Amino acid sequence: MEAEYTGDVMTLNMGPQHPSTHGVLRLELKTDGEVVAEAIPHIGYLHRCFEKHAENIEYPGVVPFTDRMDYCAAMNMELGYVLAVEKLMGIEVNNRVRCIRIIMAELNRIASHLIAAGTYGNDMGSFTPFLWCFRDRETILDIFEETCGARLLYNYNWIGGLMCDVLPGFEKRVIDFIDYFEPQVDNLNKLLSDNYIFIKRTANVGIMPPELAINYGVTGPNLRGSGIKFDVRKDEPYLGYEEYDFDVAIGRGEHGPIGSCWDRYMVRIREVKESCKIVRQAVAKMTPGDVQESIPKRIKPAAGEVYHRTECPRGELGYYIVSDGSLKPYRVKVKSPCFTVMGAFRKISRGAMIADIIAILGSVDVVLGEIDR
Amino acid sequence: MESIAQLLQLIPNYDAWPELLRASLPMLVSCLVIFAVLSVAVMFLVWLERKVSAHMQDRLGPMYVGGWHGWAQTIADSLKLFLKEDIIPESADKVLFVMAPYIAFLGAFAAFVVLPFGAASIVSDLNIGILYIVAVGSLAAVGILMAGWSSNSKYSLYGGMRSVAQIVSYEIPSAMAIMTVVILVGSLSMQQIVGAQKGGIQNWFLFRNPFTFLAFFLYFISSLAEVNRTPFDIPEAESELVAGYHTEYSGMRFAFFFLAEYANMLVVAGVATTLFLGGWTQILPGSTQLIPGPIMFFLKVMVLIFVQMWLRWSLPRLRVDQLMYFCWKVLLPASFVLILGVGWMAVYWK
Amino acid sequence: MKPDEIAALLGAQFGARILESKPSPLSPWSVVDPAEILPVCRFLRDDERLRMDHLECLAGVDYKDRIEVVYVLYSMTHRHRYALKCLLPRESARLNSVESIWGAANWHEREAYDLLGIVFEGHSDLRRILLPDDWEGHPLRRDYKFPTSYRDMPV
Repeated sequence: MEAEYTGDVMTLNMGPQHPSTHGVLRLELKTDGEVVAEAIPHIGYLHRCFEKHAENIEYPGVVPFTDRMDYCAAMNMELGYVLAVEKLMGIEVNNRVRCIRIIMAELNRIASHLIAAGTYGNDMGSFTPFLWCFRDRETILDIFEETCGARLLYNYNWIGGLMCDVLPGFEKRVIDFIDYFEPQVDNLNKLLSDNYIFIKRTANVGIMPPELAINYGVTGPNLRGSGIKFDVRKDEPYLGYEEYDFDVAIGRGEHGPIGSCWDRYMVRIREVKESCKIVRQAVAKMTPGDVQESIPKRIKPAAGEVYHRTECPRGELGYYIVSDGSLKPYRVKVKSPCFTVMGAFRKISRGAMIADIIAILGSVDVVLGEIDR
Repeated sequence: MESIAQLLQLIPNYDAWPELLRASLPMLVSCLVIFAVLSVAVMFLVWLERKVSAHMQDRLGPMYVGGWHGWAQTIADSLKLFLKEDIIPESADKVLFVMAPYIAFLGAFAAFVVLPFGAASIVSDLNIGILYIVAVGSLAAVGILMAGWSSNSKYSLYGGMRSVAQIVSYEIPSAMAIMTVVILVGSLSMQQIVGAQKGGIQNWFLFRNPFTFLAFFLYFISSLAEVNRTPFDIPEAESELVAGYHTEYSGMRFAFFFLAEYANMLVVAGVATTLFLGGWTQILPGSTQLIPGPIMFFLKVMVLIFVQMWLRWSLPRLRVDQLMYFCWKVLLPASFVLILGVGWMAVYWK
Repeated sequence: MKPDEIAALLGAQFGARILESKPSPLSPWSVVDPAEILPVCRFLRDDERLRMDHLECLAGVDYKDRIEVVYVLYSMTHRHRYALKCLLPRESARLNSVESIWGAANWHEREAYDLLGIVFEGHSDLRRILLPDDWEGHPLRRDYKFPTSYRDMPV
């Protein structure tokens, strides 16, 4: 709804330091009372020059830098980069590496969606789901810490393989966690997702029509929340995802129009359950092997370029890598899903109230590290 | 207050003191007693809130300060707040900025004068007791608006505005719910309202009459909005407005706002107990008061406060326009229906 | 559609304005005359057989002798991908904005302007996005000199 705002328009500045902007994001709100005429995002507070660094470091050395972009889903960030370089070089990894990569990526997806759900509840005023989500996430982080020594920034996926093999008992720990965790999702739904007040706050807010979503290049749960069934893992599978049996969760508009904040949030919760399914299958498919057997002595791709994308928890992460035949990449361009969806933020937040801006921002689940790189 | 006046008689040569002093000393001493009781009660409540919230969130809460489950945590935190630097923003309106916390606190403090803790434990049994509470409770809105405006910050202004809108709107359904009880009792005096519920749980207004049963829930919900508790804590919505109307306050002034909020909780729970849960009277049917009045009152108030805390930590918060819609289009018509029902019952069902 | 089919279709439609095509399976691309980028993009988005409705990536690459703008396009309906490239001179890198075709281009072009100094004509709001508004220079260029101070702060 495009209203004519002729009243007193006050400029309210949200951020960069603000409890609810997930990172250092500055939202310039032009408000008329409680209604927001324009919400203009300003980014760049966390710009750490990833793309410039990548031109000056050898290929394996770029992996820790990719971690630090979306620090909530670092395994997926690394995976995207590593798969792009492997595609450029034509490296095939063995089954064990593929299964472990899938397990780590899906566990990281669960952890990232737990952060999204918990902080979203926090923004809405419901403080308890935040702690429940973080409690469950702790077990995932413990599994990661056992395997590669770090809780949040791993440097685990290497070009051609993994940094190290998993410890004995890994499969059992993962399955124990999934067994414990799947009923917890129902608890979370009872507390937050199906809560009447939460639905009233989110179900008619921030509607993103499907055509707008595609035109603005929105991907991931944000796109699926508008009802479009599109997941890179199904449509352009990598790592053997075509052999796994899982559904793609989409928003169905049970409470209000399709494409609302509630739909996007609910897609993440349903995806968590699908990830649990995938992890179980991956653990069953694991075979013994050497995780470092396909790592070449020197990573020196032939001159050329490649664009590869993976499904990271926040959308479709794309790496455009240009190689000039040397040990260092010539250009690494990251197509960050959060950056793209922030481009559409102004459109979906027209005419919302200040409290709705928070609801919309929480539902698109941005991490500033990935936007600013 | 009579008992305090009697206590003061014990001072030697009391009758020789000036008339004015003898008239005002009981009032001053009562105020000090109330303030002391209130401070201790609020400290206990803050600790209780932290423990209740912790256990609901699957963690422990204060455990160390003072030994057993961190009972001295609030004392430590209050000391810290008192010792903090007093920051007043340069462009703030200094007089209003300084006065605001005290006025917000005054609203809650003044209401304690008529809360009946026991048969003889009431500072002053005004014959317009409940009307006085409703009137004085509005002072909190003035204090909050002063805080929001004088801070000269857009966030505080938003918080102040929202709070005034909320408090003023929700006073109406809450006063209507109170009216249902007043109609049945025929008096505004707090002790008489309690007296009408003597004799056990079946006489409580909560159970005695279907309209007052609903009025209890109406009053409880409206009172949550009066006190700015979730799901109505928009004025201090941490995730949206940083800290709403008390964003710019620090140290002792912030401590006063905190004190005011918990004191308000106590007042509102106390009023609900008095009006609907029988006040300081017994639970078991019969006429003998086995457990002393103040303890009975305290236990009932604690149950209501626990429910308030429970709601705060489970529910998200309502948006401002949804809050207003709920008040004006749901609660207010409901309260009118209840008054009509109670009036009809009082006249035709004697 | 296969990459060579797409390349053939583009060649048939635009002829000499497609300067070079390399429809390799790993990374297919065509070089387009920069002045013709808008009609080509519109054709790619609207043609029934192509339907490239998703602008996946808009990257600027600074080679020693030219600046390339790479558009990676994808079709949600047909599930095929193709890339377009525009070669621009380094001294004056100017190009028409495709914001009117894909809304996603808005922020991606701002980033290319910010980091590489490519000016997109017709863009609704071309200003810096990642760096502060008063920053000097375009960092991802190969000849970028790191500043020693910014607003009197040593860098």
